[in-house]
Amino acid sequence: MTRVALKGLLGRKLRAILTAVAIVLGVAMISGTYVLTDTIKAAFGTVFTTVYKNTDAVISSKSVVLKNQSNSSNLPPSFPESLLAKVQKLPGVAEAEGGISDFAYLVGRDGKVISGHGAPPLAFSVHPHGDQHFNPLTLVSGTWASGPHQVDIDAHTASKDHYSVGQSIGVIARGPVEQFRIAGIVKIGGVSSLGGATMAIFDFPTAQRLFNKVGKLDAIDVAAKHGVTPTQLVREIAPILPRNAQVRTGTAQAKQATKDTNSFLSIINDFLLAFGGVALFVGAFVIANTLSITIAQRTRELATLRTLGATRRQVLRSVLLEAFVIGTFASVTGLFLGLALAKGLNSLFVSFGIDLPQAGTVFATRTIVVALLVGTLITVIAALRPAFRATRVPPISAVREGAVLPVSRFARFSAAAALTTIAGAIALMLVGLFVGGISTTDRLLAIGIGAAAIFLGVAMLAKTLVPPLASFLGWPATRLGGAAGALARGNAMRNPQRTASTASALMIGLALVTLVSVLASGLKTTFENSVNSLFKGDYALTATDNFSPISIASANALTKVPGVTVVSGVRAGDGKAYGKRIGVTGVAPDISKVITVKWYEGSQAVPGELGDSGAFVSKDYAKSHHLESGSSIDVLTPAGKTMHLRIKGIFSPPKGGSPYGDVTISTTRFDAEYQNPENVYTFVDMTGGVTPANTARLNAALKSFPEAKIASESQFKKNQEQGIDTLLNLLYVLLSLSIIISLFGIVNTLVLTVFERTRELGMLRAVGMTRRQVRRMIRYESIITALIGAALGIPVGIVLAVMVGQAIKYPAFTIPVGTLVVFVIAAVLAGIVAAIFPARRAGRLNVLAALQYE
Amino acid sequence: MSVAEDQNTTQRPASGDVVVAAHDLTRRYGDGDTAVDALRGVSLDVRAGELVAVMGPSGSGKSTLMHILAGLDKPTTGTVEIAGTEITKLDDQELTKLRRTHIGFVFQFFNLLPMLDTEENIVLPLSIAGEKPDKAWLDELLDKTGLAKRRTHRPSELSGGEQQRVAISRALITRPTILFADEPTGNLDSKTGGEILDLIRDSVNAYGQTIVMVTHESRAAVIADRILFIADGLIVKELKGASTEDVLTVMSTLSS
Repeated sequence: MTRVALKGLLGRKLRAILTAVAIVLGVAMISGTYVLTDTIKAAFGTVFTTVYKNTDAVISSKSVVLKNQSNSSNLPPSFPESLLAKVQKLPGVAEAEGGISDFAYLVGRDGKVISGHGAPPLAFSVHPHGDQHFNPLTLVSGTWASGPHQVDIDAHTASKDHYSVGQSIGVIARGPVEQFRIAGIVKIGGVSSLGGATMAIFDFPTAQRLFNKVGKLDAIDVAAKHGVTPTQLVREIAPILPRNAQVRTGTAQAKQATKDTNSFLSIINDFLLAFGGVALFVGAFVIANTLSITIAQRTRELATLRTLGATRRQVLRSVLLEAFVIGTFASVTGLFLGLALAKGLNSLFVSFGIDLPQAGTVFATRTIVVALLVGTLITVIAALRPAFRATRVPPISAVREGAVLPVSRFARFSAAAALTTIAGAIALMLVGLFVGGISTTDRLLAIGIGAAAIFLGVAMLAKTLVPPLASFLGWPATRLGGAAGALARGNAMRNPQRTASTASALMIGLALVTLVSVLASGLKTTFENSVNSLFKGDYALTATDNFSPISIASANALTKVPGVTVVSGVRAGDGKAYGKRIGVTGVAPDISKVITVKWYEGSQAVPGELGDSGAFVSKDYAKSHHLESGSSIDVLTPAGKTMHLRIKGIFSPPKGGSPYGDVTISTTRFDAEYQNPENVYTFVDMTGGVTPANTARLNAALKSFPEAKIASESQFKKNQEQGIDTLLNLLYVLLSLSIIISLFGIVNTLVLTVFERTRELGMLRAVGMTRRQVRRMIRYESIITALIGAALGIPVGIVLAVMVGQAIKYPAFTIPVGTLVVFVIAAVLAGIVAAIFPARRAGRLNVLAALQYE
Repeated sequence: MSVAEDQNTTQRPASGDVVVAAHDLTRRYGDGDTAVDALRGVSLDVRAGELVAVMGPSGSGKSTLMHILAGLDKPTTGTVEIAGTEITKLDDQELTKLRRTHIGFVFQFFNLLPMLDTEENIVLPLSIAGEKPDKAWLDELLDKTGLAKRRTHRPSELSGGEQQRVAISRALITRPTILFADEPTGNLDSKTGGEILDLIRDSVNAYGQTIVMVTHESRAAVIADRILFIADGLIVKELKGASTEDVLTVMSTLSS
């Protein structure tokens, strides 16, 4: 029997390969994801270990209000330089060296910021005349930066933008762009760049000056005396540290840094794996369907085996064995295809602005095990139903002409079962979405399983829906295609189960694409509504990347522009109140002239009345902490100081996002408490409003601030929505994988159908159907199937979007009609593409041979 | 419960023993007004070493009778015993075991597995049962059927006659108690059909194989030791050692 199964598989190579494709792609996604993230993790791990190689202990600044610095884009507050002398005096310390780390943009010859592809623009200090014992950097060429006009830059930027030692390059630290002479080109931890991040290195005094950190330090590297272990050293240092400093051994620091990047990479990993999961889920549909068709076509063969003494169990085993072999073969192929896909995924991320470092490709055992296990298991599970149906083939089918598979015992309950499944699935999703007190993992699990069950239920129901849908959607085919069109419609309807399963695979991909497009469109509408209600000024000043905070100097530069009446920005930082991390914002009294919010308590005048200790809070925050005007609130700053504040007003933020944090104080107070105040956005009023002349004047004033740009209200909206569009496109690309798999499903079904209808096609040709008409017939059937997929998928996607939208309290729900029309057109095109190969095979049939085909 | 365990497959029933016994078989398809009675009370015995032909016009019930005798279909009432085992009450598993030991099939459309070669097709029933083929027996069958040089050919590379010879060898390889042949020449030209009939007759003569053959061709029926004529679900006539003329005479009375 084993031999029969294996030989049978070899005898149906094309079918086996077409079946395998679905799993190959899904497994490749999984293995590719692991290879990519493992490789990046390994690269980071090596870098950090090298960086802290000679350091026994590291003292670094930390934010008092954050548990984990990597959760914030704000730099921690520096500690006093005086700590260095104290550390040097400790008995266990052999050597200690202070350093500065911050962010500084490099500016290219074109006057524009050199992009770090989403990575931060790193800046460090060096001691050019020391022994470089602690220095994590190595010189590739030139010398260490020395003096107020020299900089070292990373090798990646140098080679990418063709910079060499001796040339001039722009740097933005706190103020306008300054020109520096490149003294050297460096690498960090042996790599030319940390994930595309640019690096600017200055000598220590220059760094202190540039970043307003004279008398301050961000880190101290310590070497222990002979005989003192790093742990002992850490224990000796810890007691003398201020609140906003911490000490770790070099090894622990490297581990922590690795852990921080790994937790970020784990998110990317899970995100990509989810798409691999979706692809495999769709693949399971394709496999189940292909095997069902194959089994149906082998009815007589299976019955013959039964008459020769094969038991049901042997039949079951032979089908499962076949699936197992296909699954294993596909998984191995997918595993190695994943290596190539890892490169593809990386370029995909780079093109969406996420550039991650890579060293040697890491092909972990876990990747192999998971990929093979998941791929094979999914194939075998998908084969269960067809395999059990195969066991129900009665031996008597061996002697009956045109024997068909017996109808399942449960067939007449199928519609009821489908509806029950859908109801159960929706209930499960609602639990995941709305019920409180569940962990995030359980929540995601409930939503994921619920969504999968909805797809399953709709697929089960599809059998009932196919005849009317095909009849309706196939109507144009009968008009356009004549006899071929009418036959195509009939063919799509004659085996509803088969058409339903084929269309269902496409339904899943289309439903998910619809889900994200509806959510994104709702998000945009909400955001636009909120900007419309907030934005009172003429212009907005933001970072060129639309989201980074930018220096106050750029806003200050605008105040001198003739015609400007108001320049008012919003500062942002971290804080802690009632034991929890909060967002703190700082505003100037004139902010009300450029931003309008609704006031629950107080009025537009509140920002002007904040003074030194006044604050206003959002309505939600006030409610959850029982605050009202006149209440007092204590907010801890990152440097460890407690601000005693009094509530002056409560505002109701618009639903598309609040311009202010939980607690807002005056800029005066903010700038006094926060080391490096920056604006997240700044709004500008000008006499005459938005005019080309005004825009030109503002742009001219920003010439020295290439990290900033000016935008009118509509441009501002468009810019901010770019982030949504980028994410949306990324999701589309990733979901396209599952759509491609479902296309293979259509190809599969059509090829098998053509095979099955050989004699019928021969007859049609014999009675005068042309090859073109045969091809057209197959093509129309394919399009009808694809359209059924769209007709099922788009509504399911909208229903999912409604549920998810309710859960995340979306105020605006908009159906992006244009986009959905594009999806339908795409489905039609997909149907045409899927039909190319099967139609060609059908058209090529030899009439005589086809008629004699048994 | 296992039939296979009780029986020694190499030991054949003595010539003349009853190996298939059917009692008062009826078979009704459907119910109510549309009910069709395919068999209306058929009893028969088949003795070891006997070649019995079942003849009748289309729709007479001859195929239904064979399906029930072979355990492929269940009678509405009545019993069938094969090698002393009442088969109409057996479950699927027990029937399967019975087939492995006692029943061989030859089909009108050969029903060979396209991906297996001649030898693999022939030994397939043994492979399924997990048994090793008797090398000498296999060689003898290949020799007798003239397939020795076709051992490694696939069905698609064989003529219709050759395919049917493979199918007959496949049925004989287990030395079944009873071999059922369903229109074995129905899909062959008359010359090839004649060769197949010779082979069937020969397997009775040479090996004492018991065979029940369903056919509607008189030239096929005449090779039988005994011919049962069926019409409207009943055995209406039995002939022994009949000539073609005898058969044609009976058939013409049946169809009129």
